[in-house]
Amino acid sequence: MGGWRPPWGIEYVVDSLNAFILIVILFLSLLVSIYSKRNVEHEIEEKKLVTFYTLFQLLITGLCGITVTGDLFNMYVLLEVCSLAAYALIAVAGGRALKASYNYLIMGSLGACFYLIGVGFLYSVTGTLNMGDMKLLLPPLYANRAVQAAFVFFIVGISIKAYVFPLHTWQPDAYTYAPSSVSALIASTMSKVMIYALIRLIYSVFTLDFILSYVGLDIVICWVAATAIIAGSIIAITQRNLKRMLAYSSIAQIGYILLGVGLSPLSVWGLFGAVAHILNHAIMKGCMFLAAGAFIHKAGLWDIRDFEGLGKKMPYASAAFTIAAISMIGIPPGAGFASKLFLILASLEASQYPFVAILLLSTLLNLVYFWRVIDRMYFVRHEEVETDGGEKEGGLPLSMIVPMLILAALCIIAGIFWLTELPLPLFYRILSDLGVSGGVTL
Amino acid sequence: MELMTPLFAILCPAIAAPLILLSRKHPNIREGWTLVASIAMFSIILSMAPTVLKEGPIECIFFQTLFPGVYFGFNVDAFGLIFALTASSLWILVSLYSIGYMRALKEHAQTRFFFFFCWAIFGAIGVALSANLLTFYVFFEILTVSTYPLVIHDQSPEALSAGHKYMAYLMTAGCFLLFGVMMTYYLTGTTDFTPGGISALGSASRVILIVLFFCFMLAFMKAAWMPFHSWLPTAMIAPTPVSALLHAVAVVKAGVFGIVRIVCYVYGVDLMHGLGLWLVLACIAGFTMIVGSFFAIAQDNLKRRLAYSTISQLSYIILGAALLAPNSPSGITGAMLHIPFHGYMKITLFMCAGAIMVATGKKNISEMAGIGKQMPVTMLAFSITAIGMCGIPPACGFISKIYLCFGAWALQPPYGIIFLSIILISSLLDVIYFFPIIYTAFFREPEGEGSGTGEVEIKEAPIFMVVPLSITAIFSIIFFIHPNAMFIFELVKTAVASLGL
Repeated sequence: MGGWRPPWGIEYVVDSLNAFILIVILFLSLLVSIYSKRNVEHEIEEKKLVTFYTLFQLLITGLCGITVTGDLFNMYVLLEVCSLAAYALIAVAGGRALKASYNYLIMGSLGACFYLIGVGFLYSVTGTLNMGDMKLLLPPLYANRAVQAAFVFFIVGISIKAYVFPLHTWQPDAYTYAPSSVSALIASTMSKVMIYALIRLIYSVFTLDFILSYVGLDIVICWVAATAIIAGSIIAITQRNLKRMLAYSSIAQIGYILLGVGLSPLSVWGLFGAVAHILNHAIMKGCMFLAAGAFIHKAGLWDIRDFEGLGKKMPYASAAFTIAAISMIGIPPGAGFASKLFLILASLEASQYPFVAILLLSTLLNLVYFWRVIDRMYFVRHEEVETDGGEKEGGLPLSMIVPMLILAALCIIAGIFWLTELPLPLFYRILSDLGVSGGVTL
Repeated sequence: MELMTPLFAILCPAIAAPLILLSRKHPNIREGWTLVASIAMFSIILSMAPTVLKEGPIECIFFQTLFPGVYFGFNVDAFGLIFALTASSLWILVSLYSIGYMRALKEHAQTRFFFFFCWAIFGAIGVALSANLLTFYVFFEILTVSTYPLVIHDQSPEALSAGHKYMAYLMTAGCFLLFGVMMTYYLTGTTDFTPGGISALGSASRVILIVLFFCFMLAFMKAAWMPFHSWLPTAMIAPTPVSALLHAVAVVKAGVFGIVRIVCYVYGVDLMHGLGLWLVLACIAGFTMIVGSFFAIAQDNLKRRLAYSTISQLSYIILGAALLAPNSPSGITGAMLHIPFHGYMKITLFMCAGAIMVATGKKNISEMAGIGKQMPVTMLAFSITAIGMCGIPPACGFISKIYLCFGAWALQPPYGIIFLSIILISSLLDVIYFFPIIYTAFFREPEGEGSGTGEVEIKEAPIFMVVPLSITAIFSIIFFIHPNAMFIFELVKTAVASLGL
């Protein structure tokens, strides 16, 4: 593509892993677009609408591009495309969103720089940018300092973009102040794509041999992930703003995925857990952000303490939120339960018992902060204040309810789906495409 | 043998639940669904009993999971059927009772109440019928979550904080259970309940097995063994039908059921004795039996006294499982019999407590002077079952206790005497906390009101409440005369025989 001569030509490669990710992205984008029609009209001035949808499409393009590309530099370009679109989309709400977006801009650019430096290092050593070529050319160079440095730059760069715990500082503000449909889209897809990029780099560029030749690298990733899980959940407990709480919960959930990635060299269940949780978290978080958006849209509520009686006023949104929250906690048959099973089994197989304890502890922490919301919505008694007019109580527009309910239903369906035998062919295919079949048996 | 019958049984409450939600505007239709579902489920489960007795367990596989060697499905064996029969038969009676109770008190959110009640039963029956630990875990969690809205039904701040305590205990337990399930799978490659124990487990190291066993014990905090019992008295803030069915039968029995499953169907006799775990378990049970009874004596609130009595009685079952020994099937027979028998007796007691509350508004024992004359039927039922609870005929508590005594007696010398005396002391304590209630109700004159007339108006609770509690009381006697009612005794014999003692 692009008329370059063979070693440089931009190549798009689709295998089972990124086909899977593509489905996740495009499906969620579709639902969020349907949802945003009515919601965005409410949140954004009319003259900005055109820009909004242009940027929205650009973001999706960028995400798809990152997913399918087989070229490191091209990945950088697309990374910037979707980041820029995201900066602008977050800022669209105006006010405090501007500052949040600015923060994100600085951190995101730093991450992109790191990534670019990594690409530069690799290019200087191997003379190619194509992932497939790189995979063939790299093995003799594993001892090369430039290659090692490049790996670290990649990891740090992408970690900033995927808000891995100590590098997450831009994310809560950005999620809180962005328009709800943007938060939903970014939360459910963008971070997943970043993690996908990480998996792609680890498996298709550096390969497992590289990771395994530096003892402890995978364990370091695991511990970072574990810190993210615990810290994210604990901070989430202290939040009062629903969207902010969800943002911190995302930090914790990214930790789950990363934990799967970190465990994957030691047990195939790690990779399964990561792949399954990419889908699961996208569905669950998407659903919750949509519901949070609906609360703001209809009732203007963002503080959890004001949610009393919401279960009666907005039954569909509350039910969707509750189902997603229950699966997020990991109560069967929700989707989060399956990921948790995979990750626990992975930790056991890898003989990393501390992570089992961390996963279970995180279940309880999740319970604390989500249950609080459910309690408020349904069970806490409240004084009937008849200040709201009758017409305001009227239901949400159908175009907002349907995507939420579809996602809520998917939380349950996905939870059952991951437990059956059906995903096994997908998993095997991903394993063989990533070239880890050797030595790993089920 | 493969059949789809277990699936139909579990579908009854699952179908009824959305129907209840849909007909929330018409209370009579709504309650109709509950009754239809409960009767249908009971008949289906009862119809499985002859098959299980004749042809062995009924298998029902829903789907293979992607964990090799583990399927998601039911395997209805005799022991599971005992629990399922107990829970489903009592569901019919409690449904009737709760209609009376909820309407008499004009409770709010009745639709929610019946809706989650269905799901709780769904979870309990799933637990009873599940074929392996993974399936067991799934239904166990459903049971935990679905009972939360029932516990906090009152929605007052106290109810909410009680509910939080409830969730905190039981979800923590769930985490331990999940760890136990996955660890078992990792060690053996299977999670199926196997009569006599999963043999591959024996090759794991001693330390891991002991740690795993304690994880399982913590997982079954639902069995309310001390010192992890305090959620149960707290949960008594729930409406009485909930306390009756869930916190005397479904939820707590699910915990005890789990312990018996672990002891007999995962670890097995050899491992329990090889690791000395039976003694640990027996000590926990003995401790809870005695201390629970002492706590019960100290309570004035009737429901709380019953709750502590439940704690103490559940440990009889745990003790029976712990007494599992190569040559003596008596202990475990007693334990399995005590599941339905205690269920029937305790539910009667709770329903009586609820009836008293509805009819007179009294919750404390000290206020109940003379209530036996006011509510003769209720208090007669109460007295019969309370006496049965102490192990005195003519109610069925006698049978299970005598088996437990035989089981204890069969142990080697020092232990035999110790545990036999624990059972006897605990029974004595039962007498001490139940007799004052009966005495107060029948023989103490009410203070103040109606001075000297002697004529007390009979003022029973609504008929919907009195009939179910009379039926359960009558059944407590029937079980004594004819323990094989509802195939219970044959099922127990089959279950014990399958353990290969």
